[in-house]
Amino acid sequence: MELIVFVLASAMVLSGAVGVVMFKNPVHAALGLVLTLFGVAVHFVSMEAHFLAAVQVIVYAGAIVVLFLFVIMLLGVDRAEDLTIEPLKLQRPVAAVLGAGVTVLVAGAVVRGADTLGRESVVSAPGDSNIRALARSLYSDHVLAFELTSVLLIVAVAGTVVLTRRVKKSEG
Amino acid sequence: MEPTTTSYLVLAALLFGIGATGLMIRRNPLVMFMCIELMLNAVNLTFVALATRFSDIDGQTAVFFVMVVAAAEVVVGLGIIISIMRRRPGATVDDLAELRG
Repeated sequence: MELIVFVLASAMVLSGAVGVVMFKNPVHAALGLVLTLFGVAVHFVSMEAHFLAAVQVIVYAGAIVVLFLFVIMLLGVDRAEDLTIEPLKLQRPVAAVLGAGVTVLVAGAVVRGADTLGRESVVSAPGDSNIRALARSLYSDHVLAFELTSVLLIVAVAGTVVLTRRVKKSEG
Repeated sequence: MEPTTTSYLVLAALLFGIGATGLMIRRNPLVMFMCIELMLNAVNLTFVALATRFSDIDGQTAVFFVMVVAAAEVVVGLGIIISIMRRRPGATVDDLAELRG
């Protein structure tokens, strides 16, 4: 059962990721991203990280992808990318070779280091409920970082408003 | 048979590789942002897999912070893209080479 869920969710993740890279239309790429994010959320559930799975669906698939789609529609770039202009020759083939090399190297390193992890399966019996353990860690050991994230979010929102504001007396 | 930690790590490696490839291949800044999100999700998957393997909740705390930073990064990045696109519609990332002094 665990293996079936793993295989199905992995197929979702990988096909969505390939879709993000391959689709010419940015809207389709965003939908591929949604597929990948839901697959990762399924993996989180099967690894007993229930809170993170919920946050993944709400924040990533809910907020971030909607923001992407909003910007795509707002800018009107929802047409196919013009691939005939090649500013840098050889860039795409070299990039594909480099990406495949990175993938093979990292995956090979993981497989080689598999012995250090032991043969135990991922799912272990947690002593405490997931949300309670996470909250205890977040509000005791990492409370300073947690407060700093609130500062970061405020700064990000204020900065974006300043960036995208239209100045009244601009020449454009 | 159940999936082991290594299978999750290999999946995360594949996802990271696909995201890195897309970041280098695509020229639309929006799609490049989506590829960055793919790479962040690969790292999150690694964190959660190892946190579960070692029964240590700190890995999941790190994923929480990664999500917050990713949300802030997307907001600022899309703001910059909007202000660029408003001035030059249809710009690709290569057109920004004109910014050099």
